[in-house]
Amino acid sequence: MTGFLTLLYKELLRFWKVGFQTILAPVVSTLLYLLIFYHVLEGHVETYPGVPYTVFLVPGLVMMSVMQNAFANASSSMIQSKISGNIVFVLLSPLTYWQIFLAYILASVARGLMVGLGVYLVGWLFFDVPYYWPGWIVMFAVAGSGLLGALGVIAGIWADKFDQLAAFQNFIIIPLTFLSGVFYSIHSLPPAWQVLSHLNPFFYMIDGFRYGFFGESDSSPYLSLVIVIACFAAISLLAVKMLRSGYKLRY
Amino acid sequence: MSIAIAVENVCKNYGTFRALDHVSLKIHSGEFFALLGPNGAGKTTLIHTIAGLAIADSGAVHVMGNHVMAGYRLARRQLGVVPQELVFDPFFTVREILNIQSGYYGLTDNSRWIDEIIVRLGLEDKANVNMRALSGGMKRRVMVAQALVHKPPVIILDEPTAGVDVELRQSLWDFIQQLNREGHTIVLTTHYLEEAEALCNRIALLKQGRIIALDSMQNLISTMAMGYILRLRMHPDDLPSNFQKIQVGCHNGCFDLKIDSYTQIEPILAQLRQTGVQIQEMQLLQPDLEDVFVNMMNRSHFETQ
Repeated sequence: MTGFLTLLYKELLRFWKVGFQTILAPVVSTLLYLLIFYHVLEGHVETYPGVPYTVFLVPGLVMMSVMQNAFANASSSMIQSKISGNIVFVLLSPLTYWQIFLAYILASVARGLMVGLGVYLVGWLFFDVPYYWPGWIVMFAVAGSGLLGALGVIAGIWADKFDQLAAFQNFIIIPLTFLSGVFYSIHSLPPAWQVLSHLNPFFYMIDGFRYGFFGESDSSPYLSLVIVIACFAAISLLAVKMLRSGYKLRY
Repeated sequence: MSIAIAVENVCKNYGTFRALDHVSLKIHSGEFFALLGPNGAGKTTLIHTIAGLAIADSGAVHVMGNHVMAGYRLARRQLGVVPQELVFDPFFTVREILNIQSGYYGLTDNSRWIDEIIVRLGLEDKANVNMRALSGGMKRRVMVAQALVHKPPVIILDEPTAGVDVELRQSLWDFIQQLNREGHTIVLTTHYLEEAEALCNRIALLKQGRIIALDSMQNLISTMAMGYILRLRMHPDDLPSNFQKIQVGCHNGCFDLKIDSYTQIEPILAQLRQTGVQIQEMQLLQPDLEDVFVNMMNRSHFETQ
């Protein structure tokens, strides 16, 4: 247990020591989205009856920042350790593969939640964002950031170079996030795109998370939670399998 | 005597390159053991398979009786490894690094031992300095300290003195020798053969992934090296013709004569006196590990041709 807690502490300290870059910067850039969409779209679009567009947008942006930062944390920590070579100190240690995995994703969850909270607090100050079911909010934030943290571990292990990691992020993570309904309700899409959206696991994270705020969603939050947790479990098993086999870590 | 490291018939390929070719090796507890060989001989690969940083394609490796893959937690607990590459975590200070490293091994209160290794490795002034700000030699010391935080019974050092100044090299070896006297098993690789000769009781010579010699230092030197060298400076500076068949070289105006035993010295000197040659300088060169090394590498070179 001490070994696991130590690695978790190290991973937390790693991003906390550069918090300006890892927490404050993503909060600011996410708020820029909010500012721009507020000016351009407020009053033009109403996704849920009675909910102004900006208020609808805030939970989506919060969840997007939670997800992106959870992914960024695990993946950049892993690839930096790999490329600089200091991953050997973890590989030489008696830590189990589950301990290594959990330390990485819990640190990612922590960073994702901190950035998400920062975005939410600003949104809450300026816009009247309700919250109906905080339990749903927390469950989807934790499960979603855990899932993205696990994807980050996989991407960090898989990528040999920073540009491969950037490709993983730009061609997989960002499209799945942007097409998951961060900026819109999928009910406003043509039917074919609605079907495709239902195949995107990120959609269920955003949708379930948003249910916690408005008590309304495109899909049942129970179904969404089951899907998110099932994906989380599958991705976690894959990540631990990679750690155990030594794929790209132990040559 | 118990076995600290047991390597049984290990093979390791990287693509078509065979890095380890049926390597078997037993290192006993308490030994001071050297792995020697030219670059690319497989020394680091062998160390990596022992440490679990590389996974053997076939064969088995045990550390203190624990299989390095199936029983990896126990095996890794018994092992302290100083990797060859200079690696460090730029986010932390020396003391933070050592505390974190202790934590990996389940040690929560290790400050007394950490203080001691900091002093023994001359890191007192740098304890609260970020790793980034350290010189290469200082980083190397921190890596040694990291390998020792959990007082492992088996310590492996992969070229620990590469790029390290003379003073540290001396104090490092003093420290390692003390650990060896306290019962720690030490395995090292080095390119400084005199270091291996001064420190180790047993050596393995690797070449092209195979062990070509495995013996105690004395045995290797006495069986592999061919006799002694008698080095003479003479006046007149001319070697009598009857000695030319035993001449093996010339060195700064001295003649090197090869002899098999000490008893040949007196007859040589007597013959030189008879021919009226005056001896101005004389040295008797003992064979050393370097001779063995060069000899072995050349010999197996001819065998593999």
